[in-house]
Amino acid sequence: MRLVSDMKREKLLYLMLLPGLLFFVLFKYLPMLGVVIAFQDYQPFAGILHSPWVGLKHFHRFFMDPDFWMLFKNTLLLAVYNLLFFFPLPIILALMLNEVRKHFFKRFVQTIIYIPHFISWVVVAGLTYTMLTTEGGIVNEALASLGADKVNFLLSTDWFRTLITSQAIWKETGWGTIIFLAALAGVDQQLYEAARMDGASRWQQLWSVTFPAIRTTIVLLLILRLGSFLDTGFEQIFLMLNSGNRDVGEVFDTYVYTTGLQNAQFSYSTAVGVFKSVVSLILVISANGLAKRFGEEGVY
Amino acid sequence: MRERTLGSKVFDTANHIVLLIVGIVTVLPFLYVISGSLVSSEELLTKKIVLFPTHISWDAYRYIFATKVIYSSLLNSIFITVVGTLINLLLTTLMAYPLAKRTLRGRNKLMLLIVFTMLFNGGMIPTYLVVKSMGLLDTYWSLWLPSAISAFNLILLRNFFQQLPESLEESAKIDGCNELGILYKIVVPLSLPAMATFALFYAVYYWNSYFTAVLYINKSNLWPIQVWLQQIVLLSAGGFTDANALSEVVVPPESIKYAVIVVAAIPVLLLYPFLQKHFAKGVLLGSVKG
Repeated sequence: MRLVSDMKREKLLYLMLLPGLLFFVLFKYLPMLGVVIAFQDYQPFAGILHSPWVGLKHFHRFFMDPDFWMLFKNTLLLAVYNLLFFFPLPIILALMLNEVRKHFFKRFVQTIIYIPHFISWVVVAGLTYTMLTTEGGIVNEALASLGADKVNFLLSTDWFRTLITSQAIWKETGWGTIIFLAALAGVDQQLYEAARMDGASRWQQLWSVTFPAIRTTIVLLLILRLGSFLDTGFEQIFLMLNSGNRDVGEVFDTYVYTTGLQNAQFSYSTAVGVFKSVVSLILVISANGLAKRFGEEGVY
Repeated sequence: MRERTLGSKVFDTANHIVLLIVGIVTVLPFLYVISGSLVSSEELLTKKIVLFPTHISWDAYRYIFATKVIYSSLLNSIFITVVGTLINLLLTTLMAYPLAKRTLRGRNKLMLLIVFTMLFNGGMIPTYLVVKSMGLLDTYWSLWLPSAISAFNLILLRNFFQQLPESLEESAKIDGCNELGILYKIVVPLSLPAMATFALFYAVYYWNSYFTAVLYINKSNLWPIQVWLQQIVLLSAGGFTDANALSEVVVPPESIKYAVIVVAAIPVLLLYPFLQKHFAKGVLLGSVKG
């Protein structure tokens, strides 16, 4: 009797799981099986079952293509820019906020700097375009009024990486402080008391008490960042790409879209996507292993 | 009382000034587009840079709301956001609840399957082909179904359900409630702050989503506001001016662009105080690990 009611209960639980399970199977695992078209000459009318198998032809073509090195360089440079110029900023900003004693001021600044995280990339791109355009944008008008030449930031290959990195800094630095502030909130105030007793200055307190409290968080986030090194932010780059800056702006993700859906080379672009996914997976796994070796918990 | 040395005072002052500058840099672009959308054409002609218009003109907003395109795409965005958020909340909750049961057989294997989707995915083209073969193109189902559950949110909600006291559920069970009843009558009411947070985050996701619409929806009358924003501001498409627009007022094209940006951003800014209330409480952060 007891067993029957238990099975009934369990049945209902599995029934509740069903819609979600269906979602994961249809929209996550079916596309994973779909990557086999990277090894076919996929024809929409023949479908996966009847398209001819071609082995590694598309991968071969991709690695031989001069585009490959362009994409590799563009993706890598944007990732390095992000790591060098964006990554340290939330840490610095969180440390600065942590030093603020006036609670109201701290809340006020926090409230403001979290806002851009919730703004869509289209709006961010729109703001960038309207501010930087040579036709009445505030930056170029300011340059002109100073007697300098106008700069076509939006079409220039020289400014593209700076633009992308600056957008990321403006949008995500504030939000990035949250995780560090949470770690800093756990610091025992007695440590500061003790440091002051020993005559430590504010800088020394910052360096010897505050900073060690977030060191593990920094290492963890750095490792996470390495794991998603090739994820350059598709929407952001896609929106800033144009005929003027394509040579420095095209990355693996945007290339998949332009070759795959705009030029209908489904198999070739899937091969490009598979290459990127596999490299990313290897990066994530090795980053996680690295985290564990450093005595951290690891991410998964 | 703690005594403050001169060095400490200088440190504090410099820190406050830099933080203030960071805050100003953050709001400046918003200020720029808002004032740009409210400036009158006369003032724009005489002055090149206007950060605080002396005379506020609502012509740009009157103009864009008179065009059918902006008006209907705003309605599209609201519809996509409301229905999408409800679908996501329903599916995420229904799945998180059984997964929170430690006695459920196969639970760990299921969790592994879910976590794996965060590490590896089929990518854009195979997903597009699945959506296409299901006949979802040019319907809003193509926006809702492929993103119906965020694996990350699912795990957070499951962790949240797990820390609820089991004794409450036991008592409901004795009262003859089945699992669905327990979820609806006990677990969900107890989790309202967490559910509100997920609702807000899903809503922001749907309101902001742009590329899925570009990918899956070709009919321009179904486009959300974000796609029109890209058309008007980035591609300078003039096609949205139609016969309904007020022809007697002269509105600078720049002001129209600014107004469209403001309109596309404003709902999120209105939701923001609620969002902030919840994430400030640490509902999300506290459960990140676990």
